[in-house]
Amino acid sequence: MKALVAGGAVALVLLVALPAVLSSYQLSLLTKMLIFGIFAMSLDLLLGYAGLPSLGHAAYFGVAAYTVGLLALRVANNFWIDFPAGLLMAAGMSALFGLFALRTRGSYFLMITLALGQVLWGIAFGWRSLTGGDDGLPSVPRPRLPLPWSLTDGVPFYYFVLFFFALAVGALAVIASSPFGRALVGIRESERRMEVLGYDVWRYKYVAFILAGLFAGLAGTLFVYFNGFVSPSYLNIVFSASALLMVILGGAGTLLGPALGAAVIVGLENFISGYMERWVLVLGVIYVLVTLFAPSGLVGLARQRMRSSGS
Amino acid sequence: MTFWVTQALNGISFGMLLFLLAAGLSLIYGLMRMLNLAHGSYYILGGYVGLAAVRVTGSFVLAAVAATATVTLVGIVMERFFLRRFPEQELPQALLTFGFLLIFADLSLWLWGGTPQTLPKPEIFERSIRIGAIVFPTYRLFVIAIGLVVGLGLWWLQEGTRLGAMIRAGVDDAEMARATGVNVGLLSTAVFAFGAFLAGLGGIIGGPFVGVYPGADFEILEMALVVVIIGGLGSLKGAFVGGLVVGLLDNFGKALFPELALFTVFAPMAVILALRPTGLFGAR
Repeated sequence: MKALVAGGAVALVLLVALPAVLSSYQLSLLTKMLIFGIFAMSLDLLLGYAGLPSLGHAAYFGVAAYTVGLLALRVANNFWIDFPAGLLMAAGMSALFGLFALRTRGSYFLMITLALGQVLWGIAFGWRSLTGGDDGLPSVPRPRLPLPWSLTDGVPFYYFVLFFFALAVGALAVIASSPFGRALVGIRESERRMEVLGYDVWRYKYVAFILAGLFAGLAGTLFVYFNGFVSPSYLNIVFSASALLMVILGGAGTLLGPALGAAVIVGLENFISGYMERWVLVLGVIYVLVTLFAPSGLVGLARQRMRSSGS
Repeated sequence: MTFWVTQALNGISFGMLLFLLAAGLSLIYGLMRMLNLAHGSYYILGGYVGLAAVRVTGSFVLAAVAATATVTLVGIVMERFFLRRFPEQELPQALLTFGFLLIFADLSLWLWGGTPQTLPKPEIFERSIRIGAIVFPTYRLFVIAIGLVVGLGLWWLQEGTRLGAMIRAGVDDAEMARATGVNVGLLSTAVFAFGAFLAGLGGIIGGPFVGVYPGADFEILEMALVVVIIGGLGSLKGAFVGGLVVGLLDNFGKALFPELALFTVFAPMAVILALRPTGLFGAR
């Protein structure tokens, strides 16, 4: 535990210091990694802790992004209204979808989360007058805050995102180590045992589902500010599945593993897309390789390595 | 009146196509508890290989043979060398098959380009039949006939043959079936291959009216999943009824409320789920 805290502190210092040495392009890539890291960690709360494999997690990311984008463009670019509205919509949507999804388990849960996610994708795609359809919402402005720096610049915006990233890591760490988080792990291991012990399993899963949606919404709001643009592709199954991949690649059930997985995927996409057009093909191969050779993720592999060298 | 009859016919024929896809998905799940997200890829693979074969041979029948043979082989390879390693583990299965979905999608885009294409119809079904004011394209009737024949054949296979009894035993209790001497491993490969065959056949049958294009794999997969969710996983009857329901909902949805096209399919699914989480004919 001490090693973990020390490692976290080192990572935080590094993340704070990095803008001094990175180019503005590299910094924007790092910003994206942090945002997708929040997204992956939010899914890990469901998958890694509660054992619920959602294939529709993009829904909450996308709903928050669209909410903020629409409010900022059509109503007012007011951070204190738009930002909470984005979070609220994400949490509300997961509260609604959770009612359906949590009636099921296993493969049914995968399919239903997928199908529910596609409902939102269908609306974003079809309801052109509201969402712009396939073209999405362009030119979403960055928030204006009473700060000495403008968030339209890369460095202040990076720190703005880093602040929320640290906040999310802290909040998820507290949740994971709380009695609530322990109960989720218990449910993952044996739902029946927890029921016998008197836990209201459904309620625990439902709260976890909403919390995961809320943090995915945080990632979505930050993303639309970062990217200035949102389209239906941030609601669809490919994006949802990539979140699952990030979690598994990093290590499900570890707090920071999924953020690492997100950084690897975002980095690889950027690197490979620069050399060839076939990123999707490579991504498909990564899915297969990770499933076959790294089912417990990079964190799992590192632990094995440490254990075998330690003994 | 003409509108309703024509749309109903279109909906039923699309429903029969969905039945071909959902039947495989459902059988595979029923026997192996395996969710194959690459099932939609078999559709576009069937369509594209069929298209290539039609260009070379000029024969729809030969194209159908080439396409279904290719897709069946792909299915066997996927089951034997990859999916078999993860029995009853839905998450690795989902990731693995999603990886294959992306691989096939990008390979198809690479090989066959991004323009939507349609397969030429077999010549005898180029014509239309006219009854009063209503015009029936014979190809649509042919698709409905294929769906009915496959449905009846599957029903007979499952209820009337020894193989069907073995499959039903495997669905109910794989361990027990194994103990009584059923080679569940071989049976699983056979059912998986057969599911892939049906999806490849779907690509050939759907090629002339739905077409093949980048993204068709995802659309077909989602539609087939909704069919299976509505009908119930593992149920043949569910795949048939679900296919008809979704085919009709989709067609009338697109015709009457084009802006909410997908919604007219997904909203009823949510309602059915809320009432019956295992679908209309699902066992559990």
